[in-house]
Amino acid sequence: MGPDEMNRNLMGIYTIWLRDVRRFWRDKPRIIGATIQPALFLFLLGTGLGKGIIGSFGKDLKGDYLSFIYPGIIGMSILFTSIFSAISIIWDREIGFLKEVMVAPISRWAVAVGKAFGGSTVSVFQGCLMLIFAPFVNVHINLIMVATLIPLIFLIAFSITSLGIVAAARMHSMQGFQVIMNFLVLPMFFLSGAMFPITNLPKWMDLFIAINPLTYGVDALRGIILGMNNYPLIMDVGLIAGFGIVMISIAMVIFGKGE
Amino acid sequence: MNIIEVVNLSKNFKTKKGFITAVKDVSFNVKRGELFGFLGPNGAGKTTTINILCTLLAPTSGRAALNSYDIVSNPNEVRQSIGLVFQDPSLDERLTARENLEFHAMLYNVSKSLRNDRIKYVLKMVELYERKDDMVNTFSGGMKRRLEIARGLLHYPKVLFLDEPTLGLDPQTRSHIWEYIHQLRKKEDITIFLTTHYMAEAENCDRVAIIDYGEIIAIDSPDNLKKQIGGDVVSLVAEEKAMAKKTIEKEYSVSVMEDDGKLYFEVKEGETFLPKFIKKADFKILSISLRRPTLEDVFLKLTGRHIREEAAEADTALKIHARRLRK
Repeated sequence: MGPDEMNRNLMGIYTIWLRDVRRFWRDKPRIIGATIQPALFLFLLGTGLGKGIIGSFGKDLKGDYLSFIYPGIIGMSILFTSIFSAISIIWDREIGFLKEVMVAPISRWAVAVGKAFGGSTVSVFQGCLMLIFAPFVNVHINLIMVATLIPLIFLIAFSITSLGIVAAARMHSMQGFQVIMNFLVLPMFFLSGAMFPITNLPKWMDLFIAINPLTYGVDALRGIILGMNNYPLIMDVGLIAGFGIVMISIAMVIFGKGE
Repeated sequence: MNIIEVVNLSKNFKTKKGFITAVKDVSFNVKRGELFGFLGPNGAGKTTTINILCTLLAPTSGRAALNSYDIVSNPNEVRQSIGLVFQDPSLDERLTARENLEFHAMLYNVSKSLRNDRIKYVLKMVELYERKDDMVNTFSGGMKRRLEIARGLLHYPKVLFLDEPTLGLDPQTRSHIWEYIHQLRKKEDITIFLTTHYMAEAENCDRVAIIDYGEIIAIDSPDNLKKQIGGDVVSLVAEEKAMAKKTIEKEYSVSVMEDDGKLYFEVKEGETFLPKFIKKADFKILSISLRRPTLEDVFLKLTGRHIREEAAEADTALKIHARRLRK
């Protein structure tokens, strides 16, 4: 690849990123919706469950249930936002817009990379928006934490968006969305330790939790926000990054092959 | 000089029942600056050929070069050389007209210093400059098509592909689009390659390739194609059809075709032929008319059937309707 071609591809990545960010920013109902949904989980489900759960989880919880699930809910917000961004590929295909991108003089793998960066940026914004709930769940957030959280959220979001792009790459109708929701998004959320501690669970669940990339995302978030870790932070970050690299590579290959 | 060269191009599609050959061993050239048309019924392989030339589909066999770049080995150079207006809309309706063009300019590497002027220029050309900051979802079908034409021109392409540029538009908008196309040829150094199933539109082209079942069955200027028809077309209704047909065939040694109760045959210099013919006829003529041959006659002669515009239109209307419902 010559320098000219590389420049073109970088410009292509930037263009696709810019479109996603611009469209997100303009879509205020989406931003509000994507903020309210995790807030409902946090305050309604969290408060209700919290009453009974403290006792049964005992020492695993180390404190208040609301603050325990708070990093998990941030993880959920990242998961949903990232997958939705990736899924917009199906929509772009359906309205014909993807064709415009596919015949542009840039390499097709750049389309996948642009989408991944777009989804990650949007997720960082949405994830950081969740930080406004911190005072309501007795969590203290300082600037150093925010500075650590932003790159972490970006990394988690990049991995999950890439996974979503792989899932959506060959789908031709929005019906596929239900499949992704039921077989990917919800299991990933439930089995990530977002809503309950992942210690002392049945053996079969341990396996799914271990192969779920979001497990490590939630663990890292909880580590930074509450100082509670199941794994070392370096391991969390390494596994998420590794997963992301594998997923974006697959996405690039699929897109490179064309429609 | 040829801007497009196509040699023995074929495309097969795999289906559940086996292979379908959408394009069958097609060869042709398009000259630089030409207005070249693909004419044929729906499903004849027009769009498939365009998709191959614009690198969206890989050919099964054969080769093609555009602006002297091979479509398989130099796809990026080919893409930079072409502008495309697809049969189906491909705009981002949640962006403004200007944003759609900016996006395109960035993808096609139009330098920042040129970008704004060029966007202004193409928008003015299709008379959408006043609407530049409006969301595309507020545009009518004709306006969207115009915006797509403007977008296709933005990066100074050598060839502009227009796949059924007037499909689904009302007659007034259709003739409007044609005004732009003619204007374009005067102003820009560009080759236009279009597909259509409207006979009248194909008449505008410098050269037309008639395509049917994936094969090119004739390729020439509309005038030359029509010269294949032996002059003018006489159509008449006679009281005793069978007898009249026999007499004409015997007397003038022409073949008479029968369609919809009318008799058709071709003659040279119809104006002088007609008075003599009527005087001499020993059967009763109820009505008679003379017309210049159209491409429809050429298609009829070459394939033995009509392109059936009405059927195609109904089909299109349904498709558009279905697409709206999905939204």
